[in-house]
Amino acid sequence: MSVETLTAEQKPVAPRRSAARRLLKDPQALITGGLLLVIVVLGVFAPLLSGHGANDSSLDAVNAGAGTPGYPLGGDHSGRDIWARLLYSIRTSAVSAVVATTVALLVGVTFGLVGGYFSRRIRGITEWVFSLVMTFPGILLLIVLMPVTKGDVRVTMAIFGVLLSPSIYRLVRNLVVGVRNELYVDAARVSGLPVRRILRRHVLVVVRGPIIIATAFLMGSAIGVQAGLAFLGVGSSTVPSFGSMISDGFRNLYVDPWQFAWPALLLGFITASLVLLGNALRDALEGSRPKPVKIAAGPRQEPEAGESTGDLLTVRDLAIAYPTPSGELREVVSGVSLTVAASETVGVAGESGSGKTQTAFAVLGLLPAEAVVTKGSIRLHGRELLGLGERELRRVRGHSIAYVPQEPMSNLDPSFTVGAQLVEGVQASCGISRREAKERVLALLARVGIQDPERTFGCYPHEISGGMAQRVLIAGAVASEPELLIADEPTTALDVTVQAEILDLLRDLQRESGMAVLLVTHNFGVVADICDRVVVMRQGAVVETDTTLNVFRGPAHPYTRTLLESILDGSTVRTDPPVAATAGREQ
Amino acid sequence: MTASLLEVDELRVAYPRRGFRARPVEVLHGVSLTIAEGETLGVVGESGSGKTTIGRAVLGLTTPSGGTIRFGGQDITHAPAKQRRALARDLQVVFQDPYTSLNPSLTIGDILSEPLVVQGINGKDAHARVQALLDQVGLPGDAAQRLPREFSGGQRQRVAIARALAPRPKLIVCDEPVSALDLSTQALVLDLLVDIQRRTGVAYLFVSHDLAVVRHVSHRVAVVYRGDIVETGPAATVTSEPEHAYTRKLLLAAPVPDPVEQAKRRAERHRLRETPPAHVHA
Repeated sequence: MSVETLTAEQKPVAPRRSAARRLLKDPQALITGGLLLVIVVLGVFAPLLSGHGANDSSLDAVNAGAGTPGYPLGGDHSGRDIWARLLYSIRTSAVSAVVATTVALLVGVTFGLVGGYFSRRIRGITEWVFSLVMTFPGILLLIVLMPVTKGDVRVTMAIFGVLLSPSIYRLVRNLVVGVRNELYVDAARVSGLPVRRILRRHVLVVVRGPIIIATAFLMGSAIGVQAGLAFLGVGSSTVPSFGSMISDGFRNLYVDPWQFAWPALLLGFITASLVLLGNALRDALEGSRPKPVKIAAGPRQEPEAGESTGDLLTVRDLAIAYPTPSGELREVVSGVSLTVAASETVGVAGESGSGKTQTAFAVLGLLPAEAVVTKGSIRLHGRELLGLGERELRRVRGHSIAYVPQEPMSNLDPSFTVGAQLVEGVQASCGISRREAKERVLALLARVGIQDPERTFGCYPHEISGGMAQRVLIAGAVASEPELLIADEPTTALDVTVQAEILDLLRDLQRESGMAVLLVTHNFGVVADICDRVVVMRQGAVVETDTTLNVFRGPAHPYTRTLLESILDGSTVRTDPPVAATAGREQ
Repeated sequence: MTASLLEVDELRVAYPRRGFRARPVEVLHGVSLTIAEGETLGVVGESGSGKTTIGRAVLGLTTPSGGTIRFGGQDITHAPAKQRRALARDLQVVFQDPYTSLNPSLTIGDILSEPLVVQGINGKDAHARVQALLDQVGLPGDAAQRLPREFSGGQRQRVAIARALAPRPKLIVCDEPVSALDLSTQALVLDLLVDIQRRTGVAYLFVSHDLAVVRHVSHRVAVVYRGDIVETGPAATVTSEPEHAYTRKLLLAAPVPDPVEQAKRRAERHRLRETPPAHVHA
């Protein structure tokens, strides 16, 4: 009775490639990385590549044009070789970037891990310290500290690194707080791993991607700030820097604009490359999300018009597809047909991936934007719903079709009271005054079995239980007296005792109002409890449709049989006695 | 009756509440249970009943505020980190959600060998053990080089079971190990757990909200209601002829996959509703 065949279930996965290899395949990473590499190499071999030092000046070369022998890019206003100064400036930039980011990472990552992983009291302290650091005005502080740093680029950048560290600290702390409560960290603790190892292997590994990406941006920022300080004239004038070069060129703008252009261009290239490389790194490390490709809907078979079956809802030959990253369409629902008669309860049952929820969402007109309905029709009272505009669909949803979701809590807005949310919905769908709506909502809340409607009306969602929240949502759904209620796993998130009550409520409401219910569920007990007919789905297709009694008593399709057999019911009580531990621990 | 492997006596756990001098909330009010070697104790209860907290306290992931937990004769209620590390060899866990209980950035091989390496087993032996474990839980041998995201929910849960089995533990705490899985996969994973127990003699503390699941794997069942155990006994007795009114209510609330039978059960439940279960804490 094995449905989960281990091999058939696996999607064909492309052989996994390391992040580094993926990075090498990305043209953006290759180009920007290559460019940065070339620039760094130029800086490293500066003495070999230029005939002059950065500060050698010659009166002959004052404002010399490009192409002057020995001065490939000309000379500046002091007669210094612009080419040589560019190369030596690269060194300054590289040193600033390395020093500032190293300091920022050391400080930020260490305290981020500590603040995120350990108790709230320790986090309180680190939080306070880093908030204090953030209040320092960065560039101003660096200028004020000039007498201390004596204009040394390395010291200045080390201080700047400390000023940058809060951003890394916050990044790491947030990531760690998220990861700390993950079950795999708990599992690692149970496995007896020491804290240091958990931090290094389980926490740091997960947060390393964002840190690497942030590093690229930090380097860009450090280079920019160093150039900015030099432009302002802060620091030693003998240290070649893009900033001081731009400053010199700026003063000579009318004599020779290129003196200004060269350093500005190179600086621009470096920072732009770092930012783009950071983005490429993000894609490689975190896996770029497939961008939704909008593909025009395929030809839709128009079923012969005019036919009327008398059913409330008729879904015929419905197919829904999603674009894959490669641009092809992958069908998740293929050729589903089902009908719901007035005041009937139809269950759509199936396992995850069977397409049951997609079908329900298609009826509601709530499929995600990238979903494509490739063929089929959905008719309510003979009126085609596919292809209706959003405005008309909204009218249908407000009046004729209502929806009860799976997760009651996440479908209530935590920032508004329960009453306010219900009143808004009732007002929108029924077009009545606020006061009338409130009375209506209170009556509805009482109807769905809430003991103290007035109190619940004023409650925020977090103040009520899950079962209560589902009652509230059902109240909202039946407010407009819909003809069809679509319930997507309405009791899956609830306890069994609450589930039984909610099913009772649905049954009572249906008996009173005569609405039809389309119930999506994976639980055959729920089907047996409430459904008149059941549609069994598997991998996007309907395998069997029949009355509930027939399906349970004599399932026609082998898949239905397998499913019913795998249900654990009263007959499967464990009977074998405990094995003595000594009786062969083979392993 | 074999000697008790785990003895939990009058266990109390309280969680602090936010706010200045707020009184902590007690979620377990003195819970006592025992598990013998090679035995499965099913702990069943609804959300908020404290059933998961029992498992977490045994594992040392939550600090008890009272009572004692003895494992293999030694008191581990407030075991220091060093003793916990030694305990890891005998005491393991399988969590509910196979999607978050495996580190997404480690390969299956790394996940399985990690507890072994910590126990001081060298790389080559660990590798052989990983292969044996994969085989034991019915996963293909090449799974070791792959990442968790390449596997389905049922397969991931098999990985989690293999990880728990790695150090050859005496007790595995199973916290709702199948409630995130599809119906057909549930039965397979439960059968695997039972099969492993028969072969290795490991004991399970099996926590679940689903009576049918608990019945399938447990020798004995304890029913938790609002932080107290209201009923303990052999699985067959507790799940078919429950004594406590709450257990009866729980049993009748679970729908059976048979329309006629379910209609009877529903009528029975409605009748019982007129007489609500006596609250344990008046």
